[in-house]
Amino acid sequence: MTAQTLAQKLVAKAAGRAAVTPGEIVTCKVDLAMMHDSGGPRRVKPMLERLGAKVWDPSKVVVIADHYVPEFDDQSRKILKIARDWVKEAGVTNFYDTQGICHVVLPERGHLRPGMFAVGGDSHSPTGGAFAAYMFGVGATELLGVLVTGEIWLKVPHTIAMDFSGKFSAGVCAKDVMLSLIGRLGMDGGEYQAVEYRGAAIRALPMQERMTLCNMAAELGAQTGLVASDSVTRDFLKTDVETWDGDEKAEFFKHHKFQAEKLAPQVAAPHSPANTKEVKEFENTKINLAYIGACTGAKLEDLRMAAKVLKGRKAKIRFLVAPASLRDQQTAEKEGVLKILTDAGAEILPNSCGICAGYGGHLLPDDCVAISSTARNFKGRMGSPQAQGYLGSPYTVAASAVAGHIADPRQML
Amino acid sequence: MKAWVFGDNLDTDMLAPGGYMKFGIEEIAKHCLESVSPKFASEVKAGDIVVAGRNFGCGSSREQAPEALRHLGVSALVAPSFAGLFYRNCFNLGLPAVVCADAGKIRPGDQLKIDFAGKIENLTKSETYACEPIPEHLQTLVRDGGLLPHLEKRLRRA
Repeated sequence: MTAQTLAQKLVAKAAGRAAVTPGEIVTCKVDLAMMHDSGGPRRVKPMLERLGAKVWDPSKVVVIADHYVPEFDDQSRKILKIARDWVKEAGVTNFYDTQGICHVVLPERGHLRPGMFAVGGDSHSPTGGAFAAYMFGVGATELLGVLVTGEIWLKVPHTIAMDFSGKFSAGVCAKDVMLSLIGRLGMDGGEYQAVEYRGAAIRALPMQERMTLCNMAAELGAQTGLVASDSVTRDFLKTDVETWDGDEKAEFFKHHKFQAEKLAPQVAAPHSPANTKEVKEFENTKINLAYIGACTGAKLEDLRMAAKVLKGRKAKIRFLVAPASLRDQQTAEKEGVLKILTDAGAEILPNSCGICAGYGGHLLPDDCVAISSTARNFKGRMGSPQAQGYLGSPYTVAASAVAGHIADPRQML
Repeated sequence: MKAWVFGDNLDTDMLAPGGYMKFGIEEIAKHCLESVSPKFASEVKAGDIVVAGRNFGCGSSREQAPEALRHLGVSALVAPSFAGLFYRNCFNLGLPAVVCADAGKIRPGDQLKIDFAGKIENLTKSETYACEPIPEHLQTLVRDGGLLPHLEKRLRRA
């Protein structure tokens, strides 16, 4: 049997096969289907009714209300009501209402395990790959297909390895890794294949940093991002889990090698994550809003990074923080991290997708020049098409909030 | 069928802007591509073809992106490459997405005829471009009108 990459092993297991070959089309059994209030019940319920079909296995479905919470108008109230009613009708007991963003809540509540094959009704679903699960995003109709059949087709991916030796410098994190890769390889650099993050620098990252790597595999245009499971995975999940890794002799489609020490903080200019350069290129750029939010950039680890910069400092400009989950916010509060942020002048927003998804009540106005720890700065995504959105790590966003212009966080650590 | 032509990385926020996502498809479709082509939604005609550059449809999983195009009557999409998630969404809605390395040769207003087995005829320029044949299982989805009618057929048979 030919040596298999981690992606091939995960797909082979789901396809009921000993091995698979990149490029072949297989049908996989789905272990878990996640959906949120925007792309989930409101879209799949009418289709299920049209088919007269039921959910194949409600115990394998997780619904997380994170997009239209807290409700702010008649439409959002209606969308949330559909979600809340539907989970009862469909017998789905895994329902998290206003507990945070789906990609963060899903592993936080123990739904992901190494070796699983999962789909999510959201483009950032590759986040789950940080747990050595094959997880990718699908649209509402494809989600319906999974809900009815429990299966999905897949073109077995090639594996693109991103290998980081050494250790990242202080003030440099997973977000910088991803902006740098997207800047270098483009938003289609992942070629809709599987990207696997490897090497000593990756193994040293905490779980939520690995989640950031896999989360932004979406912006790199990969189908999923993966990290082999290890003791960090086990410690985060607080349970013994299987070790899933590729065969040593498995061949990569492409193998990019980097030295972690060489990476500096990165910033993406409007209107694409691919417009990335080192932070020093932007240091005179004045900004009037700093935002720490989203599944990409407001998890507990992200809040901790921001607090390292902000301790004893004040933001000069409007500074918004939307912690990615309620539980992460509570832990940040216990650790004193949240107080450092609010002492620096942060306004704490609800635990939801909010500005990053272009939803809710805080969208960027016309004259806004913002730096944000989110994933995408597409024109008009976070509010007005006239608004200018820069992307950076939580460190860089925090340093920029203090300076009033884009700033290198390494000077403040 | 008449071509509308856009650049690289035409994203799902341009196709289905977030601020309108709370509404139904009629309202979202009115704002489709407004940030890059304000007249597109009101002037596109049934059967027209949308041609774009690399990585067409990058961004969100929101199915309303291809659904808005379908709602406006767009009959096919052509690009040198598509974002994978968007590509799957197109076929799930019965909207064919055709990968064509020569898509950049197409100009706005050109009349196109697409053969899903692997070629595009540019009737305006009298040129023919090779394109990747659409895999059989995805051609079935297009013939059935998308995954929902396809499942309907399958369940009826079962």
